[in-house]
Amino acid sequence: MRIGIDIGSTTVKVVLLDDRDQIVHKTYERHMSKVREKTAEMLRELSPRLNGERVQVAITGSAGLGVAKAAGLEFVQEVFATAGAVERFLPDTDAVVELGGEDAKIIFLTGGLEERMNGSCAGGTGAFIDQMATLLGIAPDELDRLSLRHEKLYSIASRCGVFAKSDIQPLLNQGARREDVAASIFQAVVNQTIAGLAQGREIKGKVLFLGGPLFFFEGLRRQFVETLKLTPENAVFPETADVFVAIGSACYAENTEALPFEEVMSRIENASAQKNTQNTLEPLFRCREEYDAFTARHGADKPPEMDADSYTGDAYLGVDAGSTTTKLALITPEGGLLYTYYASNQGNPVGVVLEQLKEIYRRFGSRVAIRGSAATGYGEDLIKNAFNIDRGLVETVAHYRAARHFNPQVDFIIDIGGQDMKCFKIRNGAIDSIMLNEACSSGCGSFIETFAKALGYSIADFSQLGLFAEQPVDLGSRCTVFMNSSVKQAQKEGAGVDDISAGLSMSIVKNAIYKVIRAADPSELGQHIVVQGGTFLNDAVLRSFELELGADVVRPTIAGIMGAYGAALSALDAAQAGTGASVGGLLGPGELENFVHVAKSTQCNLCGNHCQLTVNTFGSGAGASRRFLSGNRCERPLGKGRQRDIPNLMKWKYDYLRSLHGGENRRGRIGIPMTLNTYENLPFWHAFFTRLGFEVVLSPESNRELYACGQHTIPSDTVCYPAKLAHGHVERLLDEGVDAIFYPCLPYNFDEGKGDNHYNCPVVAYYPELLDANVERLKETRFLSPYFGLHRPKNFAKKAAAFFGKEFGVPAREVKAAAEAAYQAYDGYKEEIHRRGADMIAWARENDMPIIVVAGRPYHMDPEINHGIDSMIASFGLVVVTEDAVAYHEPKKTVNVLNQWTYHSRLYNAAEYVTTQPDMQLVQLVSFGCGIDAITTDEVRAILEEGGKLYTQLKIDEINNLGAVRIRIRSLLAAMDARTPAPVK
Amino acid sequence: MAELIYNEQGRLLFTEEMKQEYTLLMPQMLPVHFAMLRQVFVNHGYKAVMLTTNHRGIVDEGLKYVHNDTCYPALLVIGQLLDAVKSGKYDPHKVALMITQTGGGCRASNYIHLLRKALHRAGYDYIPVVSINLSGLEKNPGFSLGLGMLIQMAYSMIYGDLIVHMANQCRPYEIVEGETDRRIGKWVDRLVGEFSKKGSFRPAHVKENFALIAGDFASIPVNRVPKVKVGVVGEIYIKYAPLGNNNLEQFLLSEGCEPVVPGLTDFIIFKCDNRVEDHRLYGGKTATYLGAGVLSRYVRKLQRDMIDAIQKYPEFRVPCTFDHLKSLVKDYLGYGNKMGEGWLLTGEMLELIDSGVDNIVCTQPFGCLPNHVVGKGMVRKIKNCHPQSNIVCVDYDPGATRINQENRIKLMLANARMAAEKAAGKTTAPLAPAPAGETRGAETPATV
Repeated sequence: MRIGIDIGSTTVKVVLLDDRDQIVHKTYERHMSKVREKTAEMLRELSPRLNGERVQVAITGSAGLGVAKAAGLEFVQEVFATAGAVERFLPDTDAVVELGGEDAKIIFLTGGLEERMNGSCAGGTGAFIDQMATLLGIAPDELDRLSLRHEKLYSIASRCGVFAKSDIQPLLNQGARREDVAASIFQAVVNQTIAGLAQGREIKGKVLFLGGPLFFFEGLRRQFVETLKLTPENAVFPETADVFVAIGSACYAENTEALPFEEVMSRIENASAQKNTQNTLEPLFRCREEYDAFTARHGADKPPEMDADSYTGDAYLGVDAGSTTTKLALITPEGGLLYTYYASNQGNPVGVVLEQLKEIYRRFGSRVAIRGSAATGYGEDLIKNAFNIDRGLVETVAHYRAARHFNPQVDFIIDIGGQDMKCFKIRNGAIDSIMLNEACSSGCGSFIETFAKALGYSIADFSQLGLFAEQPVDLGSRCTVFMNSSVKQAQKEGAGVDDISAGLSMSIVKNAIYKVIRAADPSELGQHIVVQGGTFLNDAVLRSFELELGADVVRPTIAGIMGAYGAALSALDAAQAGTGASVGGLLGPGELENFVHVAKSTQCNLCGNHCQLTVNTFGSGAGASRRFLSGNRCERPLGKGRQRDIPNLMKWKYDYLRSLHGGENRRGRIGIPMTLNTYENLPFWHAFFTRLGFEVVLSPESNRELYACGQHTIPSDTVCYPAKLAHGHVERLLDEGVDAIFYPCLPYNFDEGKGDNHYNCPVVAYYPELLDANVERLKETRFLSPYFGLHRPKNFAKKAAAFFGKEFGVPAREVKAAAEAAYQAYDGYKEEIHRRGADMIAWARENDMPIIVVAGRPYHMDPEINHGIDSMIASFGLVVVTEDAVAYHEPKKTVNVLNQWTYHSRLYNAAEYVTTQPDMQLVQLVSFGCGIDAITTDEVRAILEEGGKLYTQLKIDEINNLGAVRIRIRSLLAAMDARTPAPVK
Repeated sequence: MAELIYNEQGRLLFTEEMKQEYTLLMPQMLPVHFAMLRQVFVNHGYKAVMLTTNHRGIVDEGLKYVHNDTCYPALLVIGQLLDAVKSGKYDPHKVALMITQTGGGCRASNYIHLLRKALHRAGYDYIPVVSINLSGLEKNPGFSLGLGMLIQMAYSMIYGDLIVHMANQCRPYEIVEGETDRRIGKWVDRLVGEFSKKGSFRPAHVKENFALIAGDFASIPVNRVPKVKVGVVGEIYIKYAPLGNNNLEQFLLSEGCEPVVPGLTDFIIFKCDNRVEDHRLYGGKTATYLGAGVLSRYVRKLQRDMIDAIQKYPEFRVPCTFDHLKSLVKDYLGYGNKMGEGWLLTGEMLELIDSGVDNIVCTQPFGCLPNHVVGKGMVRKIKNCHPQSNIVCVDYDPGATRINQENRIKLMLANARMAAEKAAGKTTAPLAPAPAGETRGAETPATV
């Protein structure tokens, strides 16, 4: 008899094979992180049958290594075990797709054996599906059932749960059908498997699908079969898919020494008794008394006591419509709470608020008169319009207002919600340096909740367990995915659930402090810290935060509804100051009775952004209906032409560059991919090639489809989005049928004399070589990627003459003339930018409008990369110019880092110039995964802050969620307002 | 107490007085090479200490004081230095920190600035930082890289390469455990000891040393059972430093493999060669290019001598010449690809395969910019051209866990063993069993 044990990240599988390879016994159970106990327990079931017999055993799986080592039993790598079993039982298989809890694997068997595993990213695995189900508030099997009834599919980023959330949330808020979202989630997994793992190698022939998710989710199976276009006989879903790897392990076991079953049992049981967690932290609380003192201290920070049942008089309403939850607070003029509400918005914030308002009117009747109301949060505009709420304010301002109520001297606020983390400093009574978790939700509440659920606990029980854990495990401080592996490692080492719970609380806090806030020393945060958000209601998190800071903080008892409370307070302020517009305009009980809300989804086609718009119509029976548009990035779909003419240099640059194509076709058609450096150098190459008699063909404008068509050839999934887009651009040029594609390697940029050197970053410099090695189809054309140095015009002319002489037989004289024309065109372009920038700045000053310098890389002007941020900024009535329009004013700057990249030198100089202009602010665009910006951002921030300016950083990736951007821009505006001399309250 | 003196730009200088009083802390990268390097500093009157610390606290210090999106090596090097400063082992007012400074297009060129920022944030503005560079950047009155010292440093690297190259091929097979490491210790002491003597760098003497070293390691009693050879390439710090790669070499040894780690000599020649190539591609000052050419020729000559010395012992793998390495990469990358490890990294993978080491771990910090292109970016093409190659790319960063890294490496090893078994089936050579309790995996359940 042979036993195969597969211990994965979430489950244990045990299989017993007899000598004829028949399965005598199989079990599949979740181990709830009790890896060794569970394994021993499952083996024990075999005792009646196997006691007294000799068995061969092998262990496999990502969490199996530790058990195998501790028990002195054989270990086999899981992919290897799978391949072995496939060859034995299903030898005509061409490819295997296996999805596990956190692993995804593809094995190609025919045409060269190849095995691929997901790298450090768990996008597209069981953990991802679980996370998404949590987001929808349903169980995974419900997700599956829903998906079977889908009608359409949406594009959802599957690379990372975090990004997928950003895609899904707006869909839900816009009223997309849950059935369609569910199926789209499965489709995202399929896409991730194909793009991330197969990397260009086609999955064809007879395909075997293995692993838990594929075994349990029919919807996932369907999407795979459909996408891979498999015939029924070629899509194999074996009945043993869930334990197949364990079978492989059992097969492998025949190479091991046979042991008495009792011996195997005792080895595993003894292994499970060991506890040798290596990295442990101090416990959160040493004793009950410490905890009691802690709860007493925090219990004191509460709003004034109020008897809501007997209160009569004025009241003020605050609504915080967050991305996943809706919060309401009804307060008295003293700040006492009459009514609060906190719950998931169930994808329909309007409905939730409607119900709550009715409830408020029911409960208080005419006893209470609502004198003012304010809305804040993600759905602020929608709610404000729906219920005719008096005012709206950005959530940072609302949070500050509430925090000030509890500690007037507050100088630092941190708010951790389900998926968002917001931190900001208060300087001179205004919000300053906002830090948000744009691209990573690892430090947030839903993260710990997902973990709790995965381990079989409610969030409350789970965090309670951690309070008195003796040896909290040190789980590091990175993304969810890595955290999963850290937990796995801790499990392997025998850590208990209590230690893991405490460790997770610690890691959330470390993530916030060191990754989002990036503080070296907790004292950098401030002297008066107020913490809020639902996550801080968790005592384990709060305690971890105080321990890490080494200081006490204020957590109001109403930490979960501070946004709503702050909004209510601001409604109160406005009413008291007499500045509230149409005070008391909130819809009354009668109007609510007949309230109707119709949301229609449509796409705006006024520009390349193609925003998904939702047209909301609100009616209250007899009265005229009101319309409200959401999802738009600019003012255009409003149709009034309002503020349409605000100058936007980024847009001008983009439109200008897109116009640089064509030319007489004497020598051929040259394709130029609109990617990375092309956004800087196109005027140069366009002049060069048209002068030589080539027709210049540009790749089309970037969009999601273009990205998808090149996705399968991206070898490194951690490279920045602008680079990833390059794959789609060359694919599209190949479709165009050009004579050659020209994309040069440029390690050196133009030398603008503003830095110690003038490099491009390694990705920009060498990406053509990566394309050449990975885009198979480039063999269909001539792909020209020579090295050139544009910084030395004379040498360039010579090198170019040699190169184009060889490639196209162009006479050297012509090339030299073309090179001259190219340099002239490039210089002309730069001068034009300076001139236009100056004009726009002058226009802004004439019209008394503030100026925003949007500083980034030239390729950030691509609307698919910046997601329309420039137009959005302009829609707030700000004039947008780019860094290269102002940087030239400043001489070479001495910075605290090596100033050696041309684009980055511009950032420093632009920041320096902005500090000299009272009406200018700078917003820095940063691509996710840009290693170099890890260096520039700190420096730009330092320059701006030394010069008394605000620093605003916008991190952008393939996600298309402008929520975070909006918060930052509006907070920036609020801070700018607060800084202009005005009566200070 | 030495007085704190600043230059015109406000940089804290390392003074003559400090040279007497202060301890110079240096991070470790290559254990053997840097041990010799430390001795060179001692030879020249510096109290130098090489940090060999390796614990989680280092990463935490790094996370705290270095931007978390900065590459992992910066985080580790700075974390290790700060951890040492705070350890209580040294008087913070009597230490200075040493760090290398390069000027490539990779963000790694910013380490020294990040270190100063970190010191500032941690409240150690009074600790001087000494830059080790060849470009004459950041001079200090109490520290100078004179020609004599530079030569000793260069030879430390070259001797180090030979020692490590030989030792790596002895350690997995040694009969007396620890014998290889004992001989390493002996040679490090002996070589550094004679550095100060006259004539120690005469070509004939160096050649003689090469022969003695090769001979000494070749005489270590070994039992050469066949083992799977695994090449290690990657970003330079992660590739070499045990702190960076979670003791990768140790792990490979424990798995019953022979690690093959290409040395630093090629990297030194590569850096010189870059200047020559830059001149070829873009033009520029002839002087620098000529100088680099001279240096490159000199080191290439030494490399040939080293190869000659090893060649006497046929049971040892012989490194190839730089010129051969360069020729291998021709159809993959341009010679202008020089940031980070540039084309050299791809070249090393090709050379390993070319010499029969098909199994390779390509290491890099998470999100390493040059490796997007020269590491991960080239694997597909290499596999197309060399179907037998078996490459695994492993990312290292503060959050990546050993278990995930080792699991991926284990998959690569399982395939390597299967391939080895197939080959062995023909020659009927027995395979070495892995140590007890570890993966054996020499056999496969599949019917092959």
